[in-house]
Formats: sequence, structure tokens, C-alpha cells
Amino acid sequence: MAELNANIPEGELTEKWTKLRSSMPLVNPANKRSIEIIVVGSGLAGASAAATLAEMGYKVKCFCFQDSPRRAHSIAAQGGINAAKNYQNDGDSTYRLFYDTIKGGDYRAREANVHRLAEVSANIIDQCVAQGVPLAREYGGLLDNRSFGGTQVQRTFYAAGQTGQQLLLGAYSALERQVGMGKVEMFTRHEMLEVVVVDGKARGIIARNLLTGELERHSGHAVLLCTGGYGNVFYLSTNAMGSNVTAAWKAHKKGAFFGNPCYTQIHPTCIPVSGDHQSKLTLMSESLRNDGRIWVPKKKDDTRKASEIPEDERDYYLERRYPAFGNLVPRDVASRAAKERCDAGYGVGKSKLAVYLDFKANTERYGRIEANVQNIHNPDKETCMRLGREVIKEKYGNLFDMYAQITGEDPYELPMRIYPAVHYTMGGLWVDYNLMTTVPGLYSLGEANFSDHGANRLGASALMQGLADGYFVIPYTIGAYLSKELATKPIPQDHPAFVEAEASARGIIDKFFAIKGTKTVDHFHKKLGKIMWEKCGMARNAKGLTEAIAEIQQLRKDFWSDVRVPGEANEFNPELEKAGRVADFIELGELMCIDALNRNESCGGHFREEYQTEEGEAMRDDENYAYVAAWEFKEGVKFELHKEELKFENIKVAQRSYK
Amino acid sequence: MSTGNMNLTLKIWRQKNTKAKGGLVDYKLSDISPDMSFLEMFDVLNEELISKGDEPVVFDHDCREGICGACSMFINGRPHGPKEGITTCQLHMRSFKDGDTIVVEPWRAKAFPVVKDLTVDRSAFDRVIAAGGFISVNTGNAQDANNLPIPKVQADSAFEAAACIGCGACVATCKNASAMLFVSAKVSQLAQLPQGQPERYRRVQTMVAQMDAEGFGNCTNTGACEAECPKGISLENIARMNRDYLSAKFVSEEDI
Repeated sequence: MAELNANIPEGELTEKWTKLRSSMPLVNPANKRSIEIIVVGSGLAGASAAATLAEMGYKVKCFCFQDSPRRAHSIAAQGGINAAKNYQNDGDSTYRLFYDTIKGGDYRAREANVHRLAEVSANIIDQCVAQGVPLAREYGGLLDNRSFGGTQVQRTFYAAGQTGQQLLLGAYSALERQVGMGKVEMFTRHEMLEVVVVDGKARGIIARNLLTGELERHSGHAVLLCTGGYGNVFYLSTNAMGSNVTAAWKAHKKGAFFGNPCYTQIHPTCIPVSGDHQSKLTLMSESLRNDGRIWVPKKKDDTRKASEIPEDERDYYLERRYPAFGNLVPRDVASRAAKERCDAGYGVGKSKLAVYLDFKANTERYGRIEANVQNIHNPDKETCMRLGREVIKEKYGNLFDMYAQITGEDPYELPMRIYPAVHYTMGGLWVDYNLMTTVPGLYSLGEANFSDHGANRLGASALMQGLADGYFVIPYTIGAYLSKELATKPIPQDHPAFVEAEASARGIIDKFFAIKGTKTVDHFHKKLGKIMWEKCGMARNAKGLTEAIAEIQQLRKDFWSDVRVPGEANEFNPELEKAGRVADFIELGELMCIDALNRNESCGGHFREEYQTEEGEAMRDDENYAYVAAWEFKEGVKFELHKEELKFENIKVAQRSYK
Repeated sequence: MSTGNMNLTLKIWRQKNTKAKGGLVDYKLSDISPDMSFLEMFDVLNEELISKGDEPVVFDHDCREGICGACSMFINGRPHGPKEGITTCQLHMRSFKDGDTIVVEPWRAKAFPVVKDLTVDRSAFDRVIAAGGFISVNTGNAQDANNLPIPKVQADSAFEAAACIGCGACVATCKNASAMLFVSAKVSQLAQLPQGQPERYRRVQTMVAQMDAEGFGNCTNTGACEAECPKGISLENIARMNRDYLSAKFVSEEDI
């Protein structure tokens, strides 16, 4: 078994990053101009990396499948971004953010990476404000914060329920500025279909121009994959319709190990499924748990309306089970608790697969405060509710509107009905401390890599990681690699590796059209999603996973013999794009089940029913599973396991408790 | 697969590519659920078309929660359909009646050429942003964020302008295909913030110049853009931009 070297710098945890940054080999400005970097993806990680690298002087080519880089799915992040600023004077610190993230990840993340993340978190806020990102402020003109799950301090910066949008538009503006200056060449409506590896190093990509269908060769001295997560393997998720694993998966098939694929995050507060037609699920931000209380009726199969159920017949089960954190337990814990109540017969709504998220108590409380501000003394309940609704509207207006649109119900009057849904994937391409995959010169940033969130990501940490990787980590760490590439001439695009990669991409496309089957791509995607959700979702067990692996293998055969792809290769053909993505999801789905089956413990978002405490909490096995499972792709869709042992030198590993 | 009870006639713009001549084609759909989103109704149609061996309708969409700005259908003569304050992906079939005929066209504007069916090319917006829709700060040692207090009212107003999703409904609905609402939203966001001051007058000029170069029409203040904007971007932004554009003419060349 090959030794996985995470390249973690020597020294004290708090000094590793500072020391490395100061001793990292540099590339002088003149040399930077002759070095080309390919960035795939234009979300928070991709846009921030592309902009920053171009500012530094590198020649950058950036690719996205959307019609504009501004549409990358980071845009949909709602609640906020964490940073250890301690603006609220509530005892926050770099160490506390580091500690919360490691604990939140159920002790399955790499200490050094997480500490670096906490260190640069404060810089991100400074940078974004300098760019003109309008984060929420208090009357005194200073930045406001809110609370998020898994922490007891207020360190989350936000812009209403549109934080991702504002941060992405900041990064997008920085990117477009470089595009305008000719320092970044932007390729929209382009999809990466192959990584080109020359003499063991990533030297380019094959991309399909989605409008013309043309396969293009692009070469560079390094390739950065910032292509997001793979939640759409479940078909239904909060991801955008186009979010996919293809770039990461092609890299995986070219030698990049895939880390912890089974770690998926099921977000507790999403709008429940309404029918078979459903194409995606919509998140209701975790920030709502600040002000909403989650409950179900105490009586089984209670069919009364929420408003008719008196206070003492409501079970605020999170507050009951986890008094210390209450409604702000981490996502994995909250999701499982909702599933437990619904499975036990206490669910609400038509499908009984939902719980209530109720804002009434806090609306009244806010109203009372606002009444005092407005000099209305002894306000009646109605006045409080009216004023309170205004406050709630300012904080979460867009989310409430979204909810009303989708469900046809008014959340200012009725409690929201919510249920967990697939939201984020902690797993991803394995990277070392420098964010380099196991293929030299191939890097992975943001959600696409596995690195910082362990087995469960805390809310408001995805934006933090994407921007940390792009703005503050890769600009330094890539120098270590590129400083050794100064003698490398521009990569010739007629190299056999390019010819071969292009032929491989073309071969797959030709194969799709040759099948002329009877079932649509979505038919297979939905089948895959059902298998994954039922057997590799919120709860998993050995029997189900073993069945799932066999079912997915069969599905792969069926797909490749019976899928129907309409239209032609040399035109704008979204069905062809989907076919390629679903083909990769099917292979990934199998690996996720294999990984989940291998991990005989419960940790974070990975809950194996065989391994739980008497109270139904996740039971880790630190002796045998305190490692990153990094999988290597083998011919014939086989996978070989490599392990990176996780060492906890600064944190005492303990049973996670939020009670 | 659908379980509803709505029967609909769709008249959808089909166009093979930018150069081809397009036209409206009729489709019948039955058993549509009122809980379906408008785009899910299109999914049903496309599944049927593919199964029959026909080509599915191409349309832009991605997040399906009203924030990415990709979806862009002109429905019964209105961008994003009959309801106010939402994008096409947030429109649900309960806004229609059984037996309705629904006409669906792409955005129409010289600067937004049709790519295929209901998809148009909105890259002109990116080029307008690239011309000046930013604050020129490189990544690095920005000062502490709280060293720059910004009055809440001002920050909120900048945020409201920044809420633009770049969908292009303002252009599509404008009889002149003007992009003033889009451009002014960015100009006004940055002009209201202290960070945006150093480049304030240069920005407004370079962005407007690019907007004109892209072939967008002029603004005649009809206000259709504001009425149809799914994010409620206000006409005040256009007023602010005009003010800054005019002021820029009086600022000395060295200041710009």
C-alpha cells in the first residue's frame, strides 16, 4: 500500500502555516507571466483562486459550465460565513473555531488544515468588505453576527439569507476585473471531460464547448479543480441541477484518490418532498434555527393543525434531548433526530415526513424588544407579533418568501414544515496540506476536496473554506510546485497524452449515441438516487449497503445498454451533458457504498445503524477508523483503499456531546 | 409520472440555433400537478418528447430556487411569468388553471441573441461587469473590516442593489431592451459604499460605455424593468447612476 503523505509542516500547530508561508519557494513576477494555470469551476473557490492567481501575475484560464461564472452554485448559500473575529466579545478565538470545527466534524478532519482555516477566516471577512460585499451591519455601522449550529458563540457573518450570493458576486467581480484586463481567459459553457496527465503530471484538460459540441485541448502548468460537491448523486438534493462530480471523477480515474466518499451531509431544515415530479429540494437556512423552535406533537399520528396543538402537547425534541445546544446542535444530529421522530410516527403534514419549525415565540420576543425601541410600553400581543414579523422579515424575508412560493403556505402565520435533505458532501478528492491531489500539479479546492470538515460540516463553514482555499491558501502553496516548473516550456497540445484524452472523451460521447436505448437519462438518475437515499442516506447498515452495491452495478449495466440520448454530439445538447454526469454518478455511488460499508463505525453524517449508543447517538471507533479513507480507482471500476492516519495532538478526542 | 389533474396547451418557441429561423410549436400536456414548478412541468414535457423520439426543449436553469439567475422564460408576455417578485423556477403550476394555453418565448433583445429554443446568450452582462463593476483591490492585507463603519441604512441600500441576480428580465421586458436597471444596480451598490468611492466616476463611465457597445437600448423611464424584476431592484438605482454619470462629466480628467 502506497504511503499517503499529507505534507503537513513541522512545528507547533499554531505556527505551521505562518512558518510554511514564510519559507515557501516563490516564483518571481517575470516567471509568473509565462506560467499558465487552469481553473475548473467558478464558484467561491474557483473564482477567488482564478482572480487571486491572476492578480499575482499568472496566466489563468477559467472554465465553467454555466453561461456566466456568476451562476456557480455557491450563489445559493444562504445563512452565512464563519470567522474568528470575536467582534461580539463572546470568547471566540482562532482556537475555538478550530476546536468547534474538529469536534463538529466528529474528529475525522486533519488538525493542521482546520487550524489554518480558522487562522485565515478573519482575513476573508476583511477582503470581502474591501471588495464592497454588503454584509449585514448594526446601527453603529459595525458588522453584525448570528449564531449557527455546533457553536456557542456568534461568529457568523451574513447578508440576509443571501450570503453566498454576495460573497460569490464579490469573487466574481474580482474575477471579471482580471478578465477585463486580459489576465484571465474565461470559458463559459465549457465542461471539463478529461484531465491530461503528461509524464505523471497534470498538464491540461479536455473541455467540451457546450454550445458547439467541439472538444478543445487546453494546456497549463497546473490544473485546479474547484468543481463543488456531488450531492446530486442522490438525484434529489439542494444542489443546483447542473452540479456534478464529472471533473472530480475524471481526475479520480486518472489517479487522484477520492477521500471519504461516504461522508455526506443531510441538512435538517429543507422543504419536504411534495411528489414524484420533484426535481430538486430547497434548503431553509440553518440560520432559521436561531429563531425557530423545532417540534412535533407529543401524540402519535396527531392530525390537528399546528395552531390547535397546545403548548404542553408539543415535543421540542432537540431542546429535550440536547439542553446545552438545543435547536443549534450540528446538522447531522438534528437530521437524525428528525428522522427518529418521523420514523416513530410523530411526523406532521400529508406525508408525515416533516417536523415543524416554529417562529412564533421569537417573533413575539423580537416584537417586544422593538416595541421598547419605538417607545411603545406594555404592548399587547398583537402589536408584538406585528413588530416582530417586521424584524423576522428583515432577517429572513427571502427565505420566508421562497417557502411560501413552494408550499403555498404563509410561514409568518403557520410554522414551516421541514425535513432533512442531501445538502453537502464532506468527501471529495484527497488533497495534501498544499491542496494537491495524488496527481502532481493537480489541485482541488473548496467542496470538491475532502479536507476540512471531517465527517460533518458545521453551518457557515463551506463559504469560509471555499474562500480560504481560493484567496489565501492556494496562492501560496502552488508556488512550491510551480517554482520547480520554471524550465517547463508551454505544454504542446499535440502531445500523445492530449490526443489520447480527447479520444477517450469522444469515445464516451459516441458510445452514448450508439446505444439508442429506450429510457431517458433522468430515469436512471432517479433510480440511482432512490438506491442511494434508501441505503446510503441518513442511516446505513451492512445489509443495505451490500444490496446497494449490487443494485448499482446492475444499474450501470442497464444504463450503458438502454439509455437514450437525443440529438447530436456537435450541438448544444443538455441531455448529452446529463448523460455524461449520470454515468459518473453511477460509478461514484458504488464507491460511496463501498466506503460506507468499509467504515464500521458511526461518525458525523455517516451513521451505521449497527454502531450507536443506547441513546441512539453515533458511536465512533477511534481505534480502528481514525483515518481518512482514500480510494484509488482501478481498471474495471474497482477501488483500492489507502489510509491516512489522523493524529490528534492538540485536541483531546472525545465522544461528541451536545447535551 | 405526474399525478395532477391539469391539462395544458403550450406554445413554445423552438429555434435550432442562433442563425436558424424559429417559431412557436404547440404541445399538449395532461395530468399536471398544481404543486409542480413551472420548470418541472417542462421536465415532464421533455421526458415525453425524448420518449417519443423528439428533441427536448432547451432552456437555461440551474439552482431552481430563484438565486442563480439562469432561468429566463418569457411566459404569456411577461418575463418569469404572471407572478411578481419571483423567477421562472419559483413559479408553480397552481398559478395556472386547467385548460390554459401558455405561450413561452425566450428573452428578446439584440444584445441577447437566441442560442437555442428558450436559451439566450447573456454574456454581454459579464462584459459590462468586466468593464468596471468591481472595486480594484487585490487579495491581501485588507484592513480590519470593522475599521470602516458603514451606516446601516447605507449598507442595507447597497445590499438591496446588490441583490440583482443578472437574469436579464429587465432587458427582456423593456421596449428598448435597455440594460439600465442591471448596470445601475451594480453602479449604485458600489457608489453607496465608502470602498467604492475612489473609482466611483470612472466606473460609471466605463460600465455605461460597455453597455452601449453591447447594443442595449436607451432608457425612457417606463419603469417596466422595476415592475418585472424578480428581486425588486428599484428605479432609484437608475436615478443614482444618471446622477453619477452626469457628475462624472464635471469631474476633472485626472480624477477619473
